[in-house]
Amino acid sequence: MLSRREFLMATAALSAITGPGLVGKWSRAAAQQALSEDVLLEFEPFGNLTLVHITDIHAQLMPVYFREPSINLGAGAAAGLPPHVSGSDFLKLYKIEPGSPHAYTLTSEDFAALAKTYGKMGGLDRIATIIKRIRSARGDNMLLLDGGDTWQGSYTSLKTKGQDMVDAFNALAPDAMTGHWEFTYGADRVQEIIEGLSFPFLGGNIYDAEWNEPAFDAYKMFEKGGVKIAVLGQAFPYTPIANPRWMFPNWSFGIREEDVAKNVESARAEGAELVVLLSHNGFDVDRAMASRIEGIDVILTGHTHDALPEPVLVGKTLLIASGSHGKFLSRLDLDVRGGEVKGFRHRLIPVFSDVITPDADMTKLVADLRAPYEAELKRELATTQGLLYRRGNFNGTFDDLICQALLEVREADIALSPGFRWGTSVLPGQAITVEDLHNACAMTYPAAYRSTMTGQMLKDILEDVADNLFNKDPYYQQGGDMVRVGGMGYAIDPEGAMGSRVSKMTLLKTGEAIDSAKEYAVAGWASVNEATEGPPIWEVVETYLTSHKVVTPEENRSVEIIG
Amino acid sequence: MKLDRRQALVLTGSAAFIAMAGLGVGPAAAAAEDTEKKIMDFTGGKAPESGKISLTAPEIAENGNTVPITVEVESAMTGDDMVQSVLILADGNPNPEVATFNFTALSGTAAATTRMRLAKTQSVIAVAKMADGSVFMDKKEVKVTIGGCGG
Repeated sequence: MLSRREFLMATAALSAITGPGLVGKWSRAAAQQALSEDVLLEFEPFGNLTLVHITDIHAQLMPVYFREPSINLGAGAAAGLPPHVSGSDFLKLYKIEPGSPHAYTLTSEDFAALAKTYGKMGGLDRIATIIKRIRSARGDNMLLLDGGDTWQGSYTSLKTKGQDMVDAFNALAPDAMTGHWEFTYGADRVQEIIEGLSFPFLGGNIYDAEWNEPAFDAYKMFEKGGVKIAVLGQAFPYTPIANPRWMFPNWSFGIREEDVAKNVESARAEGAELVVLLSHNGFDVDRAMASRIEGIDVILTGHTHDALPEPVLVGKTLLIASGSHGKFLSRLDLDVRGGEVKGFRHRLIPVFSDVITPDADMTKLVADLRAPYEAELKRELATTQGLLYRRGNFNGTFDDLICQALLEVREADIALSPGFRWGTSVLPGQAITVEDLHNACAMTYPAAYRSTMTGQMLKDILEDVADNLFNKDPYYQQGGDMVRVGGMGYAIDPEGAMGSRVSKMTLLKTGEAIDSAKEYAVAGWASVNEATEGPPIWEVVETYLTSHKVVTPEENRSVEIIG
Repeated sequence: MKLDRRQALVLTGSAAFIAMAGLGVGPAAAAAEDTEKKIMDFTGGKAPESGKISLTAPEIAENGNTVPITVEVESAMTGDDMVQSVLILADGNPNPEVATFNFTALSGTAAATTRMRLAKTQSVIAVAKMADGSVFMDKKEVKVTIGGCGG
């Protein structure tokens, strides 16, 4: 693992050569306990242009609690490197004081207690304030770029087929976006929305599946601060695999590294002095891509929901990780001269909702968008005695709750719940509302199926997902986390080879080893197969909660990590 | 490689003769030796070098039943600098032979695109045989996955 010193040397190397940066200043800022809007947003403008990056907001219009993962293992060359550092190691790496505001936003340490102190994060009206403030400081020399996973993840986005987010983001006026979960509204809806957008939806890696030719614009040229900028869009490469391909059968995705390289070349040939990749690849794929493709100055990473207080430098490429769910925005000021980045100044801005003044226009817009659903959003289903959260490689308490509901309501031996990284947290003692539940499962293929699977099939599924997460070559990873399992325990060696990571599969209710030939009743949801039958998952969980008015999340000990 | 529809059609058409070997449903998966033997039969026993030929395939197949691949060989396609044929193999299929593309000077460029069925995660191999007797190989692992849990 890279030491803090080596890590800083890597980033400081560029800023030392090229002028002052914020690197190193973060720790001083982090030590400051006093929070004010001015302290949060203080930023001496630098260079000739500013990039503002927001990504993976997952349709969270309002401030939320969102606990970062306590375990986020890296595979192969990425092991131990940011963003695969969590908890107290993260605090040490970035010299962040435990219990400080930044410790609260960036790690899971003491989350429930700190959440009560520091409050909710995000909210589009707070984000609007920050963007307006940067715009007023930088004038037109700024690009606002949205990395996607914007239209999906809430009750209101599901009900409006993403329209609430489209309206809100049109008001924010980004300069470009790319996508992933956007496609789960189906090709027709995506096309309908894109036709009405005032900014381009970029995706150089999206092809027409039949004719094998690009279906979306790969990049757009801008001129800001006298600098010609090319913004390349890269949608999530494995959208048709991780999500239902039948919803957009005529689009094919993929990493298509050779296309990215070719588009960088064409953009440079068109005079681009700065090349920015607006990416939904996932951090490790972007890190690999930065080392394999020449000429990308900045990669605005997305998909894997990482928040990093400093850029990661790969060769001459700056990788920016701006978190998720509206918790953060990244501001990157660049000094670009003679077709080269001469220096940068970066800040990951935490959106403390109690500190940043809401923008009145956006507050009103969001309230109007939510008004038709307000009563249902607030409806309380139960109370939780412990913290409900999702993030973590192997389990989260919210997924444990979903699995319990599947086991009981669907009368199954084993429950499977997908390893999504979106979904907000509920604090101990709080009510679980319809809104909270939908934040964990609002999507367009929610059917909770019940079927029988042999022990071998279960093993194959676990191995398959484990390889998507822990394959040593990031180009073979799909992001997301391990499928959550209820009713069954297992051991996993993340460093094992495909097909040999998972062992000791045990049926929890009997303590018996899973028999590869025996059939088990399995309930799950979010199948990518067309015509999957069953009630929507939120109905299953709601049914469960009507007879469990108080839920008590416990530490999940059914997954043993070995190796 | 970014091709518009017309270019793609021209390129596919430029492979003057395409021999498709159907996927036989054999009882046993192709062993590594079988693939190795097919390569040696094709090259006349010569070990292929790397370079000149590039195979483009998805890292993870969206649909194992129809995986698009493109093969290109750097060649002037005149005189001795001529690609005679390209063999495509899938080493994990019951029958590893997928296709052989034969080229002539009239082909213009030595490039072809096709779709293949992959039974499981495996390597796709492309071997080019040049007029001067040299042989080149490229290889890419294509993962066939159950999918559905990312996000």
